[in-house]
Amino acid sequence: MKHIRIINQGNLSDIKNKGCGECQTSCQSACKTSCTVGNQQCQQSK
Amino acid sequence: MIHQFYKKGHYIVLDVDTSTLMTVDEMTYHLIEDFLQFDQNALIARYAPRYGEQQVKDAIVEIQTMIDKQLLFTDHRYDPAFYHGHDGVKALCLHIAHDCNLKCDYCFASQGDFKGERSLMSLEVGKKAIDFVIEASKHRKNIEIDFFGGEPLMNFDVVKGIVDYARKREKETGKRFNFTMTTNGVLLDQEKRDYLNDTMQNVVLSLDGRKEVHDRVRKTLNDKGSYDVISENILAMVKERGDKEYYVRGTYTKYNMDFSEDVTFLAEQGIREISIEPVVAKKDQDYAILKEDLPRILEEYDILLDKMIADYREQPEGSYRFFHYLLDLSNGPCVYKRLSGCGAGNDYLAVTPEGDLYPCHQFVGEERFKLGTLDTGLEQKEMSVAFKKANLLEKEDCQKCWCKYFCGGGCHANAYNFNQTLLKPYDVACEIEKKRVENALTLQIIKSEEH
Repeated sequence: MKHIRIINQGNLSDIKNKGCGECQTSCQSACKTSCTVGNQQCQQSK
Repeated sequence: MIHQFYKKGHYIVLDVDTSTLMTVDEMTYHLIEDFLQFDQNALIARYAPRYGEQQVKDAIVEIQTMIDKQLLFTDHRYDPAFYHGHDGVKALCLHIAHDCNLKCDYCFASQGDFKGERSLMSLEVGKKAIDFVIEASKHRKNIEIDFFGGEPLMNFDVVKGIVDYARKREKETGKRFNFTMTTNGVLLDQEKRDYLNDTMQNVVLSLDGRKEVHDRVRKTLNDKGSYDVISENILAMVKERGDKEYYVRGTYTKYNMDFSEDVTFLAEQGIREISIEPVVAKKDQDYAILKEDLPRILEEYDILLDKMIADYREQPEGSYRFFHYLLDLSNGPCVYKRLSGCGAGNDYLAVTPEGDLYPCHQFVGEERFKLGTLDTGLEQKEMSVAFKKANLLEKEDCQKCWCKYFCGGGCHANAYNFNQTLLKPYDVACEIEKKRVENALTLQIIKSEEH
């Protein structure tokens, strides 16, 4: 495509085989006073 | 839903529901803005004089292709019944010491005691916590234990005892424990550093940045600045950490709204993993960040972005990382995780030295939020249900917000402290988060284009 460049083709709405609940809880990282989940990693992709 | 913004010479479009990120040219940016409002002939009539008819037609075809592939203007709405959450607890914040060897002005733990008696967790209570989470995690294999305080290294022998016990129970149960610790670095001698490097998946080291900034608020018990006491230990730990996870985490306040200077100061010390967060404080404190400070704070995040772009261009492989400018777009968490947010009160609980259970470390000491004890289990079921219900789908403000899948609905404690409800996020934190996410996306684009 000439006018649109895809940086990331997202699949957030694909829920098949998702939601295992094994990933790290966000406050166990470096937050503790806010909440960011977008920078966590999916346990299944590790 | 989409979100569009222009930054650092890039016209950026995010399809919120799929998390598809794209850059477009100026013309296509405007066409996307108007795409749902006008039909194609109207779009051509509107933009052809400026950009040329064929160019507009070509761009419209590309936009339509993106729509057909369900990557643009997607509209995935989840019914509140979709989110069921997980049954059980999989992470504990162990308040291993309600005591501290520093007395930082802004401490939400009230200088370590969380408004109660100074106390240390016993090994017996620690073991009970391990048994509790093994049972409560049910089918889930991965369990996280965060050693928190006060200052957890004031109770180092019990930390070691709990780790040993958990490792033993791992073998018996097939569970996997991941340990983390948050420490102020005062007691971080060689022995403890070696131990933490062996056992902790992640360590969070508290250091606010420049000496004068740090010393103004992070004080020793005799009211001196603590920078000289801790910086050497923390820098040694960072060096010895190798490629294992760590964060040097600071807090910024009204006193250092030029906090990008603190980030670069830390980077200059050789620290590569940096997190600096706004202070959590009541409005009447001199150091509190207030709504009227927002323009200055948001500007500072842009200054930080400029600095990080410059650093990346200078040393693409060795540039430092800022926690809130990291986004894992391709391997990030699934939508269930993003709906649940931090998981406080359900996936995640805080345990006091006495074995009392709270939704998270920020609610400890607030009696009405006490959920039960390690002996009784979760007694106050309605409170756990209230936290589970406070997910993204139930928050009206969040449903309208493009940033919802990045913050997961924000911090429950902030929502409660500022709005007296779990269901309305704290708007100042929201504005900060939106700025951070826009900058994180911009940084990713620049890295992807220049790499």
